[in-house]
Amino acid sequence: MSQQGEQLVKITVKVNGRTYTHEVPPRMLLVHYIRDVLGLTGTHVGCDTSNCGACTVIMNGKAVKSCTLFAFMADGAEIITVEGLASNGKLHPIQEGFRENHGLQCGFCTPGMIMTLYDFLNRVKRKPSEAEVRRAIEGNLCRCTGYVNIVRSALWAAERMYGGGGGGR
Amino acid sequence: MYPPEFKVLVPSSLEEALKLLKEHGDNAKILAGGHSLIPMMRLRLVKPEVVIYLGKVPGLRYIRENGSTIKIGAMTTHGEIESSSLLAEKNPLLQETASKIGDLQVRNMGTIGGSIAHADPAADYPAALTALEATVVLKSLDGEREVKVDEFIQGPYFTDARPDELLVEVRVPSLSGRFGTAYEKLYFRATDFAIVGVAAYVEVDGGAFSRVRVGLTGVGDKPVRARQVEEELVGREASEASIEKAADLASEGLEPPSDVRASSEYRKKMAEVLTKRALTRALSKAKGG
Repeated sequence: MSQQGEQLVKITVKVNGRTYTHEVPPRMLLVHYIRDVLGLTGTHVGCDTSNCGACTVIMNGKAVKSCTLFAFMADGAEIITVEGLASNGKLHPIQEGFRENHGLQCGFCTPGMIMTLYDFLNRVKRKPSEAEVRRAIEGNLCRCTGYVNIVRSALWAAERMYGGGGGGR
Repeated sequence: MYPPEFKVLVPSSLEEALKLLKEHGDNAKILAGGHSLIPMMRLRLVKPEVVIYLGKVPGLRYIRENGSTIKIGAMTTHGEIESSSLLAEKNPLLQETASKIGDLQVRNMGTIGGSIAHADPAADYPAALTALEATVVLKSLDGEREVKVDEFIQGPYFTDARPDELLVEVRVPSLSGRFGTAYEKLYFRATDFAIVGVAAYVEVDGGAFSRVRVGLTGVGDKPVRARQVEEELVGREASEASIEKAADLASEGLEPPSDVRASSEYRKKMAEVLTKRALTRALSKAKGG
């Protein structure tokens, strides 16, 4: 997407461990760069108004809504999308948590939920309370309203990552 | 939704940013975290010809104590303010306010300088910054000046900044002694702007209120202090009964807007209720040590 005569900005971004360099128009949003230029369609466009969080990716270790950043703002950044979570064919504990606990129904919000939880669980470094998980995913909407199992999946993952601390839910 | 075409300029020093601002001033918008500007550009409510991006300008991201003042760089994110141990101890009002802005992702990107310069009449910070009598530092090639936040914000999306000036720093007091603070925010959905937000800061001396500051957001064109409440309480017994009486004065003189989320009357009533809650919580913290 570039109109004739439109400015192009050179960016270098590391996505899921691979370095890319492209020239992008200033108004290209990061989510479109990820989906349309890099072809990583696991990151979704939900509301396109910064509300739903389906487009959440990790940028320099923090969850961000990629529909609310211009691609040029990611120059020099390290990005992880949902495609970059599994390693050597093994799912990340958060992904496994969603699979094991029926943490998705239609699945549209799932990548965003997972990336937000990735930031949150890396930050708390322990098993959080249910209330803390619910607050962490405030910026992610599930239109199927399947929040109970999403929260359950997060707690399951936290237990995998940091141990039970008494266990159970 | 793509915004209309624009040209981006990416300065790598403050000096360069100020030069660009001087050159493009009227036609340019400054981009920090982008969480106010980008949504408005996408909706084409704002169509700048030039965007000056501050992401590569070093030295605008810090929280440091300087005597009785805490200085916060304009590019400091809400998340950094929320997790600052310095602020948690010496200005918990700003820290609590930051923790109630938007959601995790928004707090990871949105900046305090951007939020204040954007001057949304329902933004969270202005309540606290008004109560704290905070100031902002504006810089241009011609020098710098310090302006009180409640004079800086002049109306919805309208500030005292000249087109060639950049908001570079926010200054809040470092609090000490027997004080307590609280920010109460009413919203219907998480991540929403405040329908009404009330920030309270009290100091207690010998069983009486020695200092009271109440700042309100979402109740008009710009943040306001509830001076009637403050005056009523100072010198009175530091008790919930005193607060109960005084809080009803919070809506005096207010003419809040009516919109899809709340009527003007409702906002007035909520200004009273939240003032009571904020003061009560601030008092209990002041008494607790």
